[in-house]
Order: sequence, then structure tokens, then C-alpha cells
Amino acid sequence: MKHSLFSRLVVVLPYLWLLVFFLAPFLLALKISFSQTAMALPPYQPVLDLGAGWPALREFFAQLSADSYALIASDPLYLSSFLKSLQVAGVSTVLLLLIGYPLAYGIARSARNLQPLLVMLVVLPFWTSFLIRVYAWINILQRDGLLNGALLALHVIDAPRGWLATDTAIYIGVVYSYLPFMVLPLYAALEKIDPALLEAAADLGCPRWHAFWRVILPLTRAGIAAGALLCFIPIMGEFVIPDLLGSSQSLMVGQTLWTEFFSNRDWPVASAIAVTLLIALLGPILIYERLQRRAIEGES
Amino acid sequence: MHRTSTFNVVSVALGLAFLYLPIGILIVYSFNASRLVTVWGGWSLTWYRELLHDAAILDAAWASIRIALLTATFATVLGTCAALALVHMDRVRGRLLFTSMVYAPLVMPEIITGLSLLLLFVALNVDRGFWTVVAAHTTLTMCFVTVVMQSRLIGFDRSLEEAALDLGSPPLKTFFTITLPLVFPAIAAGWMLAFSLSLDDLVIASFTTGPGATTLPIRIYSQVRLGVKPEINAICTIMIAAVALATVAASLAMKRNAITRERGAFGAQL
Repeated sequence: MKHSLFSRLVVVLPYLWLLVFFLAPFLLALKISFSQTAMALPPYQPVLDLGAGWPALREFFAQLSADSYALIASDPLYLSSFLKSLQVAGVSTVLLLLIGYPLAYGIARSARNLQPLLVMLVVLPFWTSFLIRVYAWINILQRDGLLNGALLALHVIDAPRGWLATDTAIYIGVVYSYLPFMVLPLYAALEKIDPALLEAAADLGCPRWHAFWRVILPLTRAGIAAGALLCFIPIMGEFVIPDLLGSSQSLMVGQTLWTEFFSNRDWPVASAIAVTLLIALLGPILIYERLQRRAIEGES
Repeated sequence: MHRTSTFNVVSVALGLAFLYLPIGILIVYSFNASRLVTVWGGWSLTWYRELLHDAAILDAAWASIRIALLTATFATVLGTCAALALVHMDRVRGRLLFTSMVYAPLVMPEIITGLSLLLLFVALNVDRGFWTVVAAHTTLTMCFVTVVMQSRLIGFDRSLEEAALDLGSPPLKTFFTITLPLVFPAIAAGWMLAFSLSLDDLVIASFTTGPGATTLPIRIYSQVRLGVKPEINAICTIMIAAVALATVAASLAMKRNAITRERGAFGAQL
């Protein structure tokens, strides 16, 4: 398939598409983050007009300003929403590992013919709507919901408690929504481990927990890293879960961006938040891409 | 690793219970005659009947389905092309940039992608609506298709393709008669993945949509913000049933060994 029109098209088509719809938008966001709000359409200035020649271009660069970044740096509202996202993403990733690992391990150690079914059962909720899965928890967590009903009936609590609009609700929603993303890479790593390794460890007198720490955990390091990044990165920018389940007192960065854009109509500040978040996530994203490249291309 | 211990059985059982209990509760309560979640008023189809008269929800559902159909088709074509390019052509210029652009959307927070795409559409002076959502969804989902296709293409025997080419079959014909039938299961899986991701998306659609193109998630979201409504339980149950049926049908259609291979690929891809 060399040099034919077809093979060239196969490369050019998706390449161009991604350049236009994935890379160019980020550069645009970067540009607008250095613009200023204006009562106009689009609500920012300066507007780049390439047809107007060099003087216009010079003037355009002269009008750019870092005001939005100065605002983000000075107003504690923005810093606290970044920290809140970091906290939610960090704690949730640890929780996901603690819940996902035993689940993946249990599946990998179940009977061979049962494993495809169990994996499908874990993946199936991922195919249903994300919004529905978050919404399902509102039914349970609201004040006259099922959790309070059950706890009251069991006499664990005397009066209904407000579960919604708390960090607990956010953690429940996040862990629930991202669990398949954690379990699948872990399972893929666990499944590859040769059972003979564990038998060898046991024959040589290594206790089971010790064998887990010394053999299984190191062998699944790549799976752990992939699962953790696959959860951590998108959770950092999560909007739907904190918006529906969390409180409006302390916002995550995704909510702050949403508010700046949709309520305040401040596009430059919203863009500056997006750019800052992207820069903060660049390291994790690059590590994830390396793992992904190795996982896929290492198979051949 | 076949030894089944109590610990393993318990962790799998608890994990699956955690995954399915909330969905189960939602389904059961969609049949509740009472409007209150805490009160069980007996089985009833009231909320499904009410749904049939909710024109706004039905319009949104129809818009979402049309968007998802187009998105899945475009994304499958583009994603298959991208996967072929990545697997077959080692020395594409700018390969690193290409793979970066393919893998980044898999983890990129939707809020960043959504905002950036909106800025692009505004800069290009495109009227936002149906087609801008399709373009945005295609961009996101084609990368998922690429990954599904790529792991399948790597695992497949290229000698068949080379034999056809050696025997004088033109590349295009080889593609349609040899490559395409061999990778069809992956294409179908990719298409379904793109379809369901598009149907599901709220954040990117909110940024890139315009008047007259309210999608189902946007509609549900605006209702949910006002509180739990039994009608929402009903429409969610219908969506879950559709997804469950499609998934079960697809996995039954695939052969047993195909499922086993897919499983490894899906794990690696995520």
C-alpha cells in the first residue's frame, strides 16, 4: 500500500481532521486567553483579521494582554477550585485503586470460562449513559431518598441526613462512574501474569501476601499507572458529577470554567482556565500517551 | 490463576453489586406509581405514558439519535483510516504528533475540548447547531474507534493482504475484499462505541450546540437540575434497556474465541 492515492488519503484525511478540529481549537483557546472581554460578538477583542495585512497584525499583538491570567492568579476563587479538583481527583483515584484492584484481581482469578462474562458485566454500565449513572445516585442520596430511608429503618441514624451537596456524594459519583476505567487496565495486566510465578513463590515458601507484594504488584505496575491516569486526568476536569451531586459552595475547576463561560460570558478568562488546566495536565497526559503507545504497539 | 478464594468471590460480588444496585433501583422506581421516591405506590406504567406526551424529550431523543448515527459513521471512517495509517505506515511524517492527537482526546477533560471547539466554530463564523455537534462528536469518538481498530489490526495476519497484492489485486480491491471483512468485528465494535459515546455526551454538546439542536443529555440535564422526576427514570430505563439489548446481542453474535480476543484488546486499549 505504498504511494497509491488511496494510501495517502488514509493518512491525510484523519490527520487533517485532527489538525483542524483538535489542535487548531487549542491554539485558538490559547490566543483568546490573552484577549480581553468585550461587549461584542464574539465577546472578546482583539479579533484577528489576517486579511488586513502587517500593520493590523502588529496592532493585534500589541492589544494582547495577560489580564485573564493575572486575575486567575490573584483571585483565590480560581486557586481554590484548582485545589478542589486536585483533591477530588487524587482521593478518588486512590479510592478507585482500592476498590478496583480487588475486583480486577477477583475476576482474573475466577474460572477461565467465567472471566469474559464478568468483564462484560463490568463494562456494561460503561455503555449506559454517564448522566444516567450520576442521576441514579440522586434517587438514592437525596433527603427523602433511599439511603436515608434504609438508615432510618435500621436505626443507624435518628433524623434524615443531607447526603447530596457534600464531598462524599462527589466521591461516590466519581468512583461509581470511573470504576470500569480502573478495572479494565488492571484486569488486562493481571490476566497476563503466569500462574506458575505464584506457584513458584509458594513452593519456595513465600507467604501469599508477601507474594502479592513482591510478585503481583510489581508486575501490574503499568496497569496501575494506566488505570490511575485514565481516571485522574478526566476527573480533574469533571463537571457533571460535582454539579449534580456536590455543593455549590466550593467548585471544581470544571464548574468554574463553565460558570465563567455560560453565566459570566467571560470567554478570555474561561479560555485562560482551560489553558492553565491543560498545562497542569500535560505531564500526566504525556505519560499516559507513552503507556498507551507501548500497550498497543508493544503487542506486535 | 484459577484458585477461587472467598476473598475473591466477595470482592467481585461486592464490586458488581456496587455497579448494578443504583441502576437497578432506578429501573424499579421508573415503574413506581407514586411520585415520591420513598413511597412505593405499586407497579405502574404512568411515567412511560407521560413520556409519550412529552414532545420536548421526544424531539431531543430524535435529535440525539440522528447526531449519534452520523457521528458513529463519520468517526468509524476516520478512525479506521487513522488506525490503518498508524499500523501500516511506520514512517508517516509527523507520526508523533499524529499519535499524540489520537490518544489525547481519550483522557482530555471534555470541558477543555468543548470550549476549544466552540471557539473554533465562532472564529470560523459557523452557525452552531446540529452539524457543529456532529463535527465535535466525530472528533472525540474517532479516537476511540482508532484505538479499537488499531489493536485489532495489529493482531491480524498481514500475509493474507500481501498475498492478494502479490497476486496482482489492486490495493483498493484488496482493502474491500480482504482487509475489510477481516476487521469487520472491530469496525462494528468501534461504530457502536462511537454511537453510544455520542448519545451520552453532555459537556461537548452543551458548548457546541445551538438553537434547535437540543440533545437528549442536555434536555435530561436541565430537568435533573430541577430535581428527580419519575419521567426521567422512565426514559433512563428505556435507554438502559436499549443498550443492554444491543450489547448482549452483539456479544452473542460474536464467536466465543472472538470475544476472548476482544477482551484482551479492550483491556489494552483502556
